[in-house]
Amino acid sequence: MKTVYLDNAAATPITKEVLEAMLPYFVDHFANPSSVYDMGFRIKDVVEEQREQVARLIGAGRDQVVFVSSGAEANNVAVKGMVLAGKNKGKRHILVSAIEHHSVLNSARFVERFLDTEVTFLPVDADGLVDPERLGNAISPETTLVSIMHGNNEVGTIQPIAELAAVCHSKGVPFHTDAVATVGSVPVNVEALGVDLLTLSGPAFGGPKGTGALYFREKTRLVPLIHGGIQESGRRAGTENIPGIVGMGKAAELARLELDQRANHVRVLRDLLVSEIKENISDVIHTGHPENRLPGHASFCFEAIEGEALLFMLSREGIYASTGSACASKALKTSPVLVALGLPPDLAQGSVVFTLSHSNTQEDIRYVLDKLPYAVAKLRSFSPVWRKKMAA
Amino acid sequence: MRFLTDLKADETVDLVYRMCPMHLLEPVEHIKDLRDGQILEILTDYDGALEDIPAWCEKNHQEFLGIDEDEEGEYYKLYIKKLH
Repeated sequence: MKTVYLDNAAATPITKEVLEAMLPYFVDHFANPSSVYDMGFRIKDVVEEQREQVARLIGAGRDQVVFVSSGAEANNVAVKGMVLAGKNKGKRHILVSAIEHHSVLNSARFVERFLDTEVTFLPVDADGLVDPERLGNAISPETTLVSIMHGNNEVGTIQPIAELAAVCHSKGVPFHTDAVATVGSVPVNVEALGVDLLTLSGPAFGGPKGTGALYFREKTRLVPLIHGGIQESGRRAGTENIPGIVGMGKAAELARLELDQRANHVRVLRDLLVSEIKENISDVIHTGHPENRLPGHASFCFEAIEGEALLFMLSREGIYASTGSACASKALKTSPVLVALGLPPDLAQGSVVFTLSHSNTQEDIRYVLDKLPYAVAKLRSFSPVWRKKMAA
Repeated sequence: MRFLTDLKADETVDLVYRMCPMHLLEPVEHIKDLRDGQILEILTDYDGALEDIPAWCEKNHQEFLGIDEDEEGEYYKLYIKKLH
């Protein structure tokens, strides 16, 4: 049976080039980069070369990138580290958008509960955009951080980050963006965006799992969360994941060199998928912003269908996709992102998200377009909600 | 200990919130890039630096100029003049 993998936001295979770059660092070059002899020095140099590659991908300086274990860790450090730093100045308020990844949302809830910090969850409009004026009105003298994600993994919307960051800076408030979904998918430049902190994840652009990084602008002080040794210049203790860092560095280099080509490739396929689904399947909503969205991202809500059931039907045909929110899906809860966009809970249950990669082909998309209408029709034929609608 | 005000440094290394022994490791790297006679400013909130930095200067034959505090009392500013 044919396999069509369209869940690339959840995981992507690493390329042969990335794997081959990593392999020597499991056995041959195993030394600890903190060791004070030549074997260690050589590994330390390798780490710095990878830091340069990751920094170049986002237009940053090498000294502005800290390696961490994941995008989730970087988001935790950004939110909690800035709150802890702000407490020293008596500031106890942060703002995050209502559609952030759980690693930001739950970090915000953590500081609210344990660090005596007020949290404002900023609403979004029906396309998933934060209103800059509303953001400006919500900032107070107590605000120590604003965190708004660059691209949303569930509905694909890309926020006007430069505009939002400018609003924060006009009021002297640091700005963090979770750019896990955008780095490697669209051009991301920290200077153009004007952000003070930016989260990225290695596996999101073809690197290995267990890798991520946090960019910080000069003079942005945040309290480290993992204490111990001198790794990462005292900003993140723990012996470095050298094979992972090498893999992420190689993936960053390839993503930078192939960015336009990859984005154009998936955009064409995504547009085909979206236009054909809208044309051939009734009562389906294309979620997120119609234009300002991730190039390889197509998200829908199918009326009178459970997204999980549709995924099951598709997986039997070798097609792999997502409901968009693994956490909400496994907990059988309605996606908080779709609720924030104002979708009725019944409709939000029918969420299915396709995330494409440069390895997908037009044949893959044609295969999905061939199988999807039947699966939707089949599920709707069992649905009392659908029958009621048809009877009406 | 000499207390200084408004001393102009040629370079600053910001170590606020970074723990021991970063206050001893990072200045070494930064001092390498300075010319003789230039001044390095170290920003740190680690109390131990008040003893460690002057001791490091004595051992490494650099001149410890003294300390200052930021306006909000959040961290110290320590000053070293590069002698060689």
